[in-house]
Amino acid sequence: MPANGAPTKITQGSRSRGGIGESTLRPDGTLKVTGEFAYSSDMWHEDMLWGQILRSTVAHAEIVSIDTSEALALPGVYAVMTYDDLPTEVRNYGLEIQDTPVLAHGKVRHHGEPVAIVAADHPETARRAAAKIKVEYRELPVVTDEASATAPDAVLVHEDRDDHHAGHVPHPNIVHRQPIVRGDVASARGRADVIVEGEYTFGMQDQAFLGPESGLAVPEEDGGVHLYIATQWLHSDLRQMAPVLGLPEDKVRMTLAGVGGAFGGREDLSMQIHACLLALRTGKPVKIVYNRFESFFGHVHRHPAKLYYEHGATRDGKLTHMKCRIVLDGGAYASASPAVVGNASSLSVGPYVVDDVDIEAIALYTNNPPCGAMRGFGAVQACFAYEAQMDKLARELGMDPVEFRQLNAMEQGTLMPTGQPVDSPAPVAELLRRVKAMPLPPERQWESSEGADVRQLPGGLSNTTHGEGVVRGVGYAVGIKNVGFSEGFDDYSTARVRMEVVAGEPVATVHTAMAEVGQGGVTVHAQIARTELGVAQVTIHPADTKVGSAGSTSASRQTYVTGGAVKNACELVREQVLEIGRRRFGSYHPAWATAELLLEGGKVVTDGGEVLADLVDVLGDEAVEVEREWRHRPTEAFDLRTGQGNGHVQYSFAAHRAVVEVDTELGLVKVVELACAQDVGKALNPLSVVGQIQGGTTQGLGVAVMEEIIVDPKTAKVRNPSFTDYLIPTILDTPTIPVDVLELADDHAPYGLRGIGEAPTLSSTPAVLAAIRNATGLELDRTPVRPEHLTGTA
Amino acid sequence: MRVNFTVNGRPQEADDVWEGESLLYVLRERLGLPGSKNACEQGECGSCTVRLDGVPVCSCLVAAGQAEGREVVTVEGLADHARQRSRGGSRGVPLDEAKAWQAGGPGSRTGEEAELSTVQQAFIDAGAVQCGFCTPGLLVAADEMLEHNPDPSDADIREALSGNLCRCTGYEKIMDAVRLAAARQSGEV
Amino acid sequence: MDFLRPASWEEALAAKAEHPTAVPIAGGTDVMVEINFDHRRPEYLLDLTRIGDLYEWETGEDTVRLGASVPYTRIMEHLRAELPGLALASHTVASPQIRNRGGVGGNLGTASPAGDAHPALLAAGAEVEAESAARGTRLIPIDAFYTGVKRNALQPDELIRAVHIEKADGPQQYSKVGTRNAMVIAVCAFGLALHPATRTVRTGIGSAAPTPVRARAAEEFLNAALEEGGFWDNRKIITPSVAKRFAELCSGACNPIDDVRGTASYRRHAVGVMARRTLTWTWESYRGARRATEGAA
Repeated sequence: MPANGAPTKITQGSRSRGGIGESTLRPDGTLKVTGEFAYSSDMWHEDMLWGQILRSTVAHAEIVSIDTSEALALPGVYAVMTYDDLPTEVRNYGLEIQDTPVLAHGKVRHHGEPVAIVAADHPETARRAAAKIKVEYRELPVVTDEASATAPDAVLVHEDRDDHHAGHVPHPNIVHRQPIVRGDVASARGRADVIVEGEYTFGMQDQAFLGPESGLAVPEEDGGVHLYIATQWLHSDLRQMAPVLGLPEDKVRMTLAGVGGAFGGREDLSMQIHACLLALRTGKPVKIVYNRFESFFGHVHRHPAKLYYEHGATRDGKLTHMKCRIVLDGGAYASASPAVVGNASSLSVGPYVVDDVDIEAIALYTNNPPCGAMRGFGAVQACFAYEAQMDKLARELGMDPVEFRQLNAMEQGTLMPTGQPVDSPAPVAELLRRVKAMPLPPERQWESSEGADVRQLPGGLSNTTHGEGVVRGVGYAVGIKNVGFSEGFDDYSTARVRMEVVAGEPVATVHTAMAEVGQGGVTVHAQIARTELGVAQVTIHPADTKVGSAGSTSASRQTYVTGGAVKNACELVREQVLEIGRRRFGSYHPAWATAELLLEGGKVVTDGGEVLADLVDVLGDEAVEVEREWRHRPTEAFDLRTGQGNGHVQYSFAAHRAVVEVDTELGLVKVVELACAQDVGKALNPLSVVGQIQGGTTQGLGVAVMEEIIVDPKTAKVRNPSFTDYLIPTILDTPTIPVDVLELADDHAPYGLRGIGEAPTLSSTPAVLAAIRNATGLELDRTPVRPEHLTGTA
Repeated sequence: MRVNFTVNGRPQEADDVWEGESLLYVLRERLGLPGSKNACEQGECGSCTVRLDGVPVCSCLVAAGQAEGREVVTVEGLADHARQRSRGGSRGVPLDEAKAWQAGGPGSRTGEEAELSTVQQAFIDAGAVQCGFCTPGLLVAADEMLEHNPDPSDADIREALSGNLCRCTGYEKIMDAVRLAAARQSGEV
Repeated sequence: MDFLRPASWEEALAAKAEHPTAVPIAGGTDVMVEINFDHRRPEYLLDLTRIGDLYEWETGEDTVRLGASVPYTRIMEHLRAELPGLALASHTVASPQIRNRGGVGGNLGTASPAGDAHPALLAAGAEVEAESAARGTRLIPIDAFYTGVKRNALQPDELIRAVHIEKADGPQQYSKVGTRNAMVIAVCAFGLALHPATRTVRTGIGSAAPTPVRARAAEEFLNAALEEGGFWDNRKIITPSVAKRFAELCSGACNPIDDVRGTASYRRHAVGVMARRTLTWTWESYRGARRATEGAA
């Protein structure tokens, strides 16, 4: 029997044209508000077992022994597996470097690493069994920062590296290093009238998506397995899973189950292989659902970073040079670290014109939790630092911080530090102008006729101030993010589009493997089909591996790349439909041969608006189906020595203005307003675009004032893996977020659109920090800023 | 142990319940009602919010046995609940019908034919749903607030929803949705 | 695990006597978290939600006898006049959903130094009504109730039936610092009550010592200063130096630790700030000039 809750197609009609540029509503909206939308944790199968993972209780240790006998003896337990039970010699996986063991082999390298897996008839049985597995550890010293990891006698996190970065890194505990040198920093430095330096710290942020890692693996009669899973990229999972399972890729079927948010945290595998191993071992469906505690160990986090910056400027406010060194902590396994290094280095200058730069970014191997993809990776950390530097420079020069930025803002044609020209609009100064021009929120908005409304004051419901100590501050920031996979990656997507008459109406079906994680890709695909094919009804087929790869739902790329693939496939379908029309009706009207023909309102029409035929009549019983891969223009790797190269596809820009109120005595912050201006190229769905910008902005707010995974530097153990102590903003912490959307087309992209998901996460954090500095006069060189940093009690 | 209680107006019985199970687990895994969500299981996110004898609670923190004999309303029953509220009545369902009943799969519904409560429709219309994992809990909480505070200020809305985390939207569209639902309920729009 | 469902208070006491390791569960807001995260596997869960008495309160001449399970939401809504400090504290508890379930009995039973109710109870003055089948009822003064980190004066066979809290005879305030504007566990908290009838001031500090504590030296200092200056009668503005010294002594009453929620140094500092502010708010209220500083929500 099929798994309960397995996704089936969703058909959505539209009373309006419902094409691109309209704020059409989500096709899955009704299912999501009625509780019927099946997320990966909702999947259910008769006779299914529950999987449980036993994780390491220490960060770095040799495994002396594992005894599973008591666990196996527990009634209701169907399987217990360790490294020794893996079916093939392929026992590692990884996005780029296959350095991550499916189950620990002789050694654990971070707190919470999977050591053994259990399948049982009830989650509690599985938990009890896991607790009965005896693991003896011999603890090893931990490396937790640059000094300890790169010391000459440092313990190596991975002893025998043979990955493609191993040859060029200065120390085996450095995953990847990317320098970028351009111009002549020494002589440019000589022209500087002011030089500012800074050392900045960015804390470890968690994606904190609400839907925990989960999925259901169902063994199949042919010896294969079908996995219903929440992920960001089905085909990437498949490529990593199949070799470990010892199965050809066509015997590992993947269907996307409902995804409860992602933000980068589902780029790496979590429970995918474990569930499949247990299903194949027991011959029964196996469901695994992490709880929130486990989720903090089950996915990578945003790289914490140390950033060392030096900028110079002339008295009249022009930047002379920039030197920086960015040290990212990648934790125990590589994950996306190499790409994070590439982004951090190539975007380290920010959206500014600086001709003379000396840049170095590295990612470390340590025994801290593995870090990898999170919204805006690499660029987020850099933006926090370079925007702090911009404010410092403006202050040194006695200039307005916005004017100073505008004076140095890049524009179309500016060369990146990599030598790549920015060949589409780069309205950096304009975004700053717009965000500054928005009206400021009223002062003392918390005063009411009944006294101070504490809900609108720092501290909120906790009743800490009725206005005492409260000072307002305003801050600005702007950032630049690359869109799409960079550095020569073959970044393509696949779309299958079918058109046919169903119940007397033309219907388009769009089938891709795109992971809908909440971003609204399914809405946009239907809109594209309506625009290109002139139909009202569009069916979105569930995402699965029966169609080619759509690439990852990350790097702000899906609307661009899979949207581009859907558009391309629709255009080919349209050509074939018109060909059928010409064949059937061409002789009735000369325009079939001579005019530019469009599909609109279920009809074939000329560009002059004349109706030639109904699509229903054109298609008759025929169905037209096209599957195509689509690629954006290629990129190049960065030179390993100089960092030069056309590494990126497109850039995305957003600017923020933050207004905060700080209780300067207690160090509590209330963000009053967080305004954003962003260029989106073309808003395919304005409602969704604004929603993305507001959501990204709020994640930036979170890491400005509260969000941080705290790792004990002595033991490398995570100290706050829960929603009690890892805090994300509530609705009372989140201000109004007015958004000004600018649409300057990028002629290289489908419809002129720009990837938008990440840029708002960059500038939000430094804008809030700038506002807090403005309110308090403090330097504040780390994020998140905590009450003790604002009160001198750290 | 065995637990009997009423869910969305229908009597339900769950057997072989482990004593440490939460109401959330019983709803999701034993009664085929996965609409209430399992985001944190520590009362810190509100995704599992249900009405227990009319009161919004985190179902992850209600022991299954504590639900014995109580009435529960989940997101799956929200539209019915709102309809009954507007009619001012209640109705029961025969036990055999209740046992046969379960949440449907996503199916191929277009959504336009479904009957939704005001607050559900407002969430769709305002763009308040992205990944949707927080949505069921927010809907139950927002619906309950509007029941006793039909004309909330923004600060009232924020306070009433301060126990429901959302990671996608930045809450702005959720504010819009609740304002819209309030306006529609009072017949303003 | 066994799930015990007593239908009456007597049955509950009998069950607790028979199974002293049974873990009482009412709102479930502490116990269920521990079960969900596999931190605790009690042999017996003793469900108290069927005992209606625990959800009721009686307002007497001098005290409110507050049933152990009266939800925080009800305290906020119905006991603002009698128990203003506890009503304010209740409003800071977690989220609306948790306030609908949790009650003071749970805070007392768990006896976490971070429990939100404790500083308000300490400041108002209260007695915990504990009962066992074997020995009947006893009243434990709140000052003697907290015996260690997550430890209290209850015997294994005892259950908390109610808390007798002194009705406010003057203004009370409560403040809590958390790193989020809602749904947050206290980094530290402070409760203050003016008792004009006895011309005394009482305090309570949360999350800044192994147990909830009173700042006794601060209270004594302030009581003396108020008496000496005739403040209770002349209702003058409190001298800034007095408020400052009071705040310092409150900070000094802390014995905090560094943890993921905050540093010890910050906790000491913040308790001082809250002490000064709540003193100002309550005293202004006592003087009849409260309006300008009234907190509303």
